[in-house]
Amino acid sequence: MVNGYMPNTLEDALKIRRENEVVLYAGGTDLMVRKEESIPYLFLNLIPKLQEVTEDKETIYIGAACIYSDLLQNKVIPDILKKSIATIASPAIRNAATIGGNIGNASPAGDTLPVLYALDARLKIRTLDSEKEVNIKDFIIGPKKTILEKDAIIEQIIIPKKRADIPFYYQKVGARKADAISKLSFAGIYQLENGRLTDFACAFGAVGPTVIRATSIEQMLLGKTMEEVRNLIDDVINQYSLVINPIDDQRSTAIYRKKVSLNLLGDFLQVICNAKE
Amino acid sequence: MSDCIHFILNGESVDADVPGTARLLDILREYFKLTGVKCGCGEGECGACAVLINGKLRNSCMVAMGSLEGCSVMTIEGYEKTEKFAVVEKAYGKAGAVQCGFCTPGMIMATEALLSKNPHPTDSEIREGLSGNLCRCTGYNMIVEAVMTAAKEGAGLW
Ligand SMILES: Cc1cc2nc3c(=O)[nH]c(=O)nc-3n(C[C@H](O)[C@H](O)[C@H](O)COP(=O)(O)OP(=O)(O)OC[C@H]3O[C@@H](n4cnc5c(N)ncnc54)[C@H](O)[C@@H]3O)c2cc1C
Ligand code: FES
Ligand code: FES
Repeated sequence: MVNGYMPNTLEDALKIRRENEVVLYAGGTDLMVRKEESIPYLFLNLIPKLQEVTEDKETIYIGAACIYSDLLQNKVIPDILKKSIATIASPAIRNAATIGGNIGNASPAGDTLPVLYALDARLKIRTLDSEKEVNIKDFIIGPKKTILEKDAIIEQIIIPKKRADIPFYYQKVGARKADAISKLSFAGIYQLENGRLTDFACAFGAVGPTVIRATSIEQMLLGKTMEEVRNLIDDVINQYSLVINPIDDQRSTAIYRKKVSLNLLGDFLQVICNAKE
Repeated sequence: MSDCIHFILNGESVDADVPGTARLLDILREYFKLTGVKCGCGEGECGACAVLINGKLRNSCMVAMGSLEGCSVMTIEGYEKTEKFAVVEKAYGKAGAVQCGFCTPGMIMATEALLSKNPHPTDSEIREGLSGNLCRCTGYNMIVEAVMTAAKEGAGLW
């Protein structure tokens, strides 16, 4: 007898999830590191619907079990997201690991997360008889902690195109090029119209219990001219230094993480000030 | 739940009565006695356990058996029987790309995965393609050269 469930449809998966205690298994690249064999897996990798990417005029819908190597090939996927995915692990891991697994795992060092926070991504959460959308920043509540209910599955990641089609800035700092978990990472997007900053968002990875995004600081910059932005740079960096609280761990130190994150923020703000519309 | 996991292993249809949570790596080595697949790290970081699943490079230490239902798995033991392997083997030998040999089965599966997608890779594409495979002996340059040679000598095969 095989202890595992291998459904081919989302409906069957949701039914199994409601009736049994299971662990959701998408690509297994987080689960298999800390192998937990007592609870059966509910395999999501055989459900075609969870591997689809679709779009309409204003929105991109990414199936939660899409693997990274497929997303890298898909022209609908925003470049900033591709840039972060290309830094993840190695080809063999990218052939298994999924974007939904990165969210479900909820590590502050998850590399798609700062991008998804900056893009204001929402998650479509399904149970057998309900469906809701949650902003990613409300879904992840701590390291490895989400608000996912026991009978729920993330079905889709929903990205507004208004955010996906504008200029971006992304940097990941790790110990080496391949197979390196982030020491820290930074994702930013912006839009200039008629000499003013009309959209601005940024998010910091691996420098707090969750990805950090501070919309109140972002507000300070909205509507400002390039000259005004330039004059605000120091102030903005100071504001962010109050909300970034990294820790020391085996990958890096709190001091390094904070310093480099703020340097990247400064660089991003310079890029904006020097940008042509 | 089902009774068995059905999949294709090196071209043959198999039914494995094993736990869905078991690692493919352990099942290949201990149940199917395919010991060309090595365990280096057990954490997805070294590529010594690499196999092809539906033609794609995967680390078998990171694969739970239940995810394989209906899939096709190829290990070095299956690949060994192909014409492409003969070309890759010769190229690795010529370049001196094998020393202790522990990384070699995984390197060769990564080589196949790369060439099947990109028959004429550049130096940096080869390094990217093999970036998940660690070698403690060769310093990598000989392996990169071996892949270059295989691409040249095997022109038309991939
Ligand atoms: C060698 C190696 C290198 C790595 N490098 C990086 C890196 O550079 N950057 C990085 O961010 N990560 C990295 N990782 C971690 C991992 O690959 C990613 O987090 C990946 O996105 C996880 O996806 P998965 O499908 O494999 O997740 P799984 O292991 O299948 O699942 C992870 C968690 O998410 C839950 N889950 C999965 N799918 C869903 C769903 N649809 N709905 C609700 N919950 C769900 C699972 O129950 C589990 O708790 C690395 C891992 C390894 C082994
Ligand atoms: S043993 Fe699987 S990657 Fe190292
Ligand atoms: S030849 Fe020894 S590890 Fe590569």
